[in-house]
Amino acid sequence: MTVAPLDAFPITVNGDERRIPSGWTLADLLASLKLDARTVVIERNGTILRDRAAFPSLALESDDALEIVHFVGGG
Amino acid sequence: MAHADLISQAIQTLTDPQPLSIAGREFRSRLMVGTGKYPSNSVMIDAIEASGAEVVTVAVRRVDLDRSKEEGILHHLDPDHYFLLANTAGCYNAGDAIRYARLARAAGFNEWVKLEVIGDQQTLLPDTDGLLQATKTLVDEGFKVLAYTNDDLVTALKLEDAGAVAVMPLASPIGSGLGMLNPYAIRTIKQRLSVPVIVDAGVGTASDACVVMEQGVDGILMNTGIAAAQDPIRMAAAMRSAVESGRNAYLAGRMPRREVAVPSSPTTGMVGT
Repeated sequence: MTVAPLDAFPITVNGDERRIPSGWTLADLLASLKLDARTVVIERNGTILRDRAAFPSLALESDDALEIVHFVGGG
Repeated sequence: MAHADLISQAIQTLTDPQPLSIAGREFRSRLMVGTGKYPSNSVMIDAIEASGAEVVTVAVRRVDLDRSKEEGILHHLDPDHYFLLANTAGCYNAGDAIRYARLARAAGFNEWVKLEVIGDQQTLLPDTDGLLQATKTLVDEGFKVLAYTNDDLVTALKLEDAGAVAVMPLASPIGSGLGMLNPYAIRTIKQRLSVPVIVDAGVGTASDACVVMEQGVDGILMNTGIAAAQDPIRMAAAMRSAVESGRNAYLAGRMPRREVAVPSSPTTGMVGT
């Protein structure tokens, strides 16, 4: 894992706190997590982000809480 | 019979004169299957094929960001070939179930949800108050709600009134494999509701599925009964034919039960009389 720069800020992803460089967009975060936006659903601070085309311009903010979910096996 | 033959059998067309229809959409099978608890993804895929099911349930969970566990189910399951029905399994109140349903819809496949609001950890029996509340909210938001409930007629009627497109009473508790504990209750629910009744949970083996379908219900959803069998692919094929047999037996109309024997062969023309 790369060392976060000094101006990094904290966010929570799926319950775990992470530090990300300031200026990162949601697309940057997904790329760092090696996730394809089309295969996940993301909730930011309780609101579902339906417009995937907006991810590259969606700037993350300090203390954002993200939930990144997908479909798994279940009955 | 080899597994490949069992699967190809499933592809043959059914003879049901009235295919299962829910909220105006027709489905190619009255058997719906879950995708949990299989020994492997390849066994799961083959078992689903052998079951002939079109409706396949999935759950919504956090992506495992350190990749220590396996990837999402859509890496294995072709969403063009099946109708994905997301569930709200694991939710213990209406608010959580509503949140999970919204997340599932945002995946972009459909606005259908198998709504579960669980009320008790040991039995996984539903919290019918929360279920009713969540049903109303989700119906208002345009969801097609298939509500997992107990075998209580009054709750089933309330769910129908609340706008559920199908009501899913249990045969017995989730994952128990106990079969249908109360055929009277299931039959009564089917007789009184206008929306389809899909029995969900508790079917342990093929005879259970057959007896459930003989009550006249519109379909069955099962998961563990197939996934936890020694040979899930073969059990999936058995469940497929059991559901078809039970449906056909229901449509055929069974003979009346009698407390005395009635000979099947002529009683006249006996030698030596």
